[in-house]
Amino acid sequence: MVKTLVDRLLTTIPALIGVVVISFLLTRVLPGDTASYFAGPAATPQAIAEVRKQLGLDKSLPEQFLRYVGDLAHGHLGQSLTTGQSVVSDLASRLPASAELTLFGLFLALVIAIPLGVAAAVRQGSWIDHACRIIATAGVSLPVFFTGLILVYVFYFVLQWAPAPLGRLDVFASAPPTVTGFYLIDSLIAGDLETFRAALAQILVPGITLAIFSLAPIARITRASMLSVLSSEFVRTARASGLGPRTVIVTYALRNALLPVVTTLGMVFSFLLGANVLVEKVFAWPGVGSYAVEALIASDFAPVQGFVLAMAILYVALNLIIDLAYGLIDPRVRSSS
Amino acid sequence: MSAVPLLDVRDLTVEFATRRGTVRAVRKVDLCIAKGETVGIVGESGSGKSVTSYAVMRILDRAGRIAQGSVAFSGVDLKAASEREMRDLRGREMSMIFQNPRAALNPIRTVGRQIEDVLRQHALAGSGDLKQKAIDALEQVRIARPEERYGAYPFELSGGMCQRIVIALALACRPQLLIADEPTTGLDVTTQKAVMDLVVELTAERGMSTILITHDLGLAAAYCGRVVVMEKGEVVETAHSSAIFRAPAHAYTRKLMRATPRPGITLRDLLPEDAEHPPAPAAPAASETLLSVEHLVKEYPRNAAGAFARLLRKGGEEAPFRAVDDLSFEVRRGESVGLVGESGCGKSTTSTMVMRLADPTAGRIAFKGEDIGAVPASAFSHHPLRSKIQMVFQDPSDSLNPRYTAARAIADPILRFGAAKGAAAVRARCEELARLVGLPGELLDRFPHQLSGGQKARIGIARAIALDPDLVILDEPTAALDVSVQAIVLNLLADLKAKLGMSYLFVSHDLNVVRLLCDRVIVMRQGRIVEQGAAARVIDDPQADYTRELIAAIPHPPVQEVTHV
Repeated sequence: MVKTLVDRLLTTIPALIGVVVISFLLTRVLPGDTASYFAGPAATPQAIAEVRKQLGLDKSLPEQFLRYVGDLAHGHLGQSLTTGQSVVSDLASRLPASAELTLFGLFLALVIAIPLGVAAAVRQGSWIDHACRIIATAGVSLPVFFTGLILVYVFYFVLQWAPAPLGRLDVFASAPPTVTGFYLIDSLIAGDLETFRAALAQILVPGITLAIFSLAPIARITRASMLSVLSSEFVRTARASGLGPRTVIVTYALRNALLPVVTTLGMVFSFLLGANVLVEKVFAWPGVGSYAVEALIASDFAPVQGFVLAMAILYVALNLIIDLAYGLIDPRVRSSS
Repeated sequence: MSAVPLLDVRDLTVEFATRRGTVRAVRKVDLCIAKGETVGIVGESGSGKSVTSYAVMRILDRAGRIAQGSVAFSGVDLKAASEREMRDLRGREMSMIFQNPRAALNPIRTVGRQIEDVLRQHALAGSGDLKQKAIDALEQVRIARPEERYGAYPFELSGGMCQRIVIALALACRPQLLIADEPTTGLDVTTQKAVMDLVVELTAERGMSTILITHDLGLAAAYCGRVVVMEKGEVVETAHSSAIFRAPAHAYTRKLMRATPRPGITLRDLLPEDAEHPPAPAAPAASETLLSVEHLVKEYPRNAAGAFARLLRKGGEEAPFRAVDDLSFEVRRGESVGLVGESGCGKSTTSTMVMRLADPTAGRIAFKGEDIGAVPASAFSHHPLRSKIQMVFQDPSDSLNPRYTAARAIADPILRFGAAKGAAAVRARCEELARLVGLPGELLDRFPHQLSGGQKARIGIARAIALDPDLVILDEPTAALDVSVQAIVLNLLADLKAKLGMSYLFVSHDLNVVRLLCDRVIVMRQGRIVEQGAAARVIDDPQADYTRELIAAIPHPPVQEVTHV
């Protein structure tokens, strides 16, 4: 098992090198001159040249790249020019917020989509199957910022069930002591139910927004995969042996049907990382998505590079987890690795 | 048979709702099985034999329903039983074993747990003795080291072993009725014998009734007291198995019996009696050597072989696995040579290497005097001799591109290598080939799913002979076909060989079929040749113990002769 893990980790290295190169080049070819932006609108050409020199932008591209890699090796991602903080500390303080929101959304989606997909497959052609199709179609066709705004309008403005969409906690609550960086978990660890309630109230609406978006692919794949497994020969054997519907559907069919669902989960997670940027904007969520967008607009390349790199590492780590999950679900994968 | 029969099926009609309306798969079937009786249901694909048994178990898929008739089990009306009542009966009172045992088991659950699931469902074991009972069930089906196998996954076990697990699963709760649906199709003949003997012994010991569903008349006759013959959803004949062979009453039974390959007949005897057949082509005189294989070796590294192989390798030797071990044989022009052996004996590996789809580890493959074994498999597709070695594959459906029409499939090698240029010339050649293999010209524009198994087999053959090859490798070309279709295809192959002067390398596990088609036969085991010689000599007077074992395992019907009525 340890050997598998090390082997898999080694295979991620080329991908990471590629990401480093591409994120560097991408930020260099983007339009906009960082130096003139930071020197201010009234700056003289000399002042701009001065800033350029300070930032190291007067060097040749390979030279800049070597400096960037050297900094990376020391754990430096550079300095954000808009916040004035180091990119590492900015990301460290904002990443848990994004991760909590994304995982919460994904969790909601799974809890709804998998039972829905299973029910649709078991009762193929019934009302629940049609409901599953409608929900799935609606989920993908609505853009996240639109669902987000609609939900804010309905639950905050009209019904007043949800608190103001202004970040992770309302103004009266204070953040729990940091253990994982996830407020929901940290508040439970601290035993602070008041903060937990406040954090949950804040995350619910943006979480539902993301869940609606990611529900569709998970439900569709669960349904399709369940249908094919339900018509397979070993399910027929299970039925012919008189096993109850619960055992047949959950123990025999669903566990076998989960493999493609897990694969899809990896993709859905990457979609969510993208959708997150917009949702964070709508809900004033202090995550990395909104941070990166602001940096990009400001031609502040260091945070953008740092963001792309962080997301890539996150994605690679997620794929690693999915590969390991395969092994847990399917003994055939375990033995061939 | 005085008391209530165990199973009494009357007037059973099963319908399937399809896109093109209702299809009656089973029509007014009567079937009566007494306690302790073994009954065979025999028929070709589409005869409704499996559907009948699914209807009895009430496990028809969604589209199917019992439209008419009654099914009574020990006097209980199953048609009126609730789903919950049926669940209690299934597995405990009546159970089923299936074709393709590996697919019939949950791939990601250990076999021990699967047996426990059944025991727990029918409350035949508590949590304390569950594991012990599961191990006992494994022991009863003669699985060696049952404690170890308890934790094995189906993919770690051989096909024969998987079928034993399925039997253990079916018999774990000591049911009164066992329905065996083609339980040995796809298994080797010696495994088939072991599995069937086990089923017969276990069911006899417990006084169980058995329904054996099979396409193999010989198998049914050898193991069943009574045989029910079905055709197109109807029972055409029911008789004692000795009587059915001595005096088959129905024309369909006679046709089926004639088509079953058996010792002492020729290829022409397989065809229906009423039709006129030209005399069989005479065996060609021995001529020059076409293919000469010398000291052929194929090795595979062991570590790719999975957990089961690793388990066997406890000694620690890292020697690679030898699938083909120092094999030498010849095929002469116009000759057909059978390559026989059980799964894993290396016959398919050998044919793949001769076909030049895989590279040998060592040895020489000389074809028309040229060492084609030295040409890498990846480069052989451009080799001038490529068109001279062609292949007919095992599964006529899977070996056709589903998006190609019959004509396009046949044209494929012509477009690549053939002399015919231009659409009209290619089409003309396709039509000529279709005529040769007896495929009606109007079927040329159909897609594989619109054709029957026999028609697809003809397309596969037409494609293989499209380039006038010298050697055709036939990899179990009739294994997936019904016996009556097999009879026609085998005759077609013999006629084509005589007409076109080709040589065949016929890979098969069925000695009876090999004897009909082949001049010489090579018996393989564990990558080596056990015995080779003239087909009639090897089968009638086998010299090697292994060949004798193979021949003894073939089920023999009680009476061999088919008399004209």
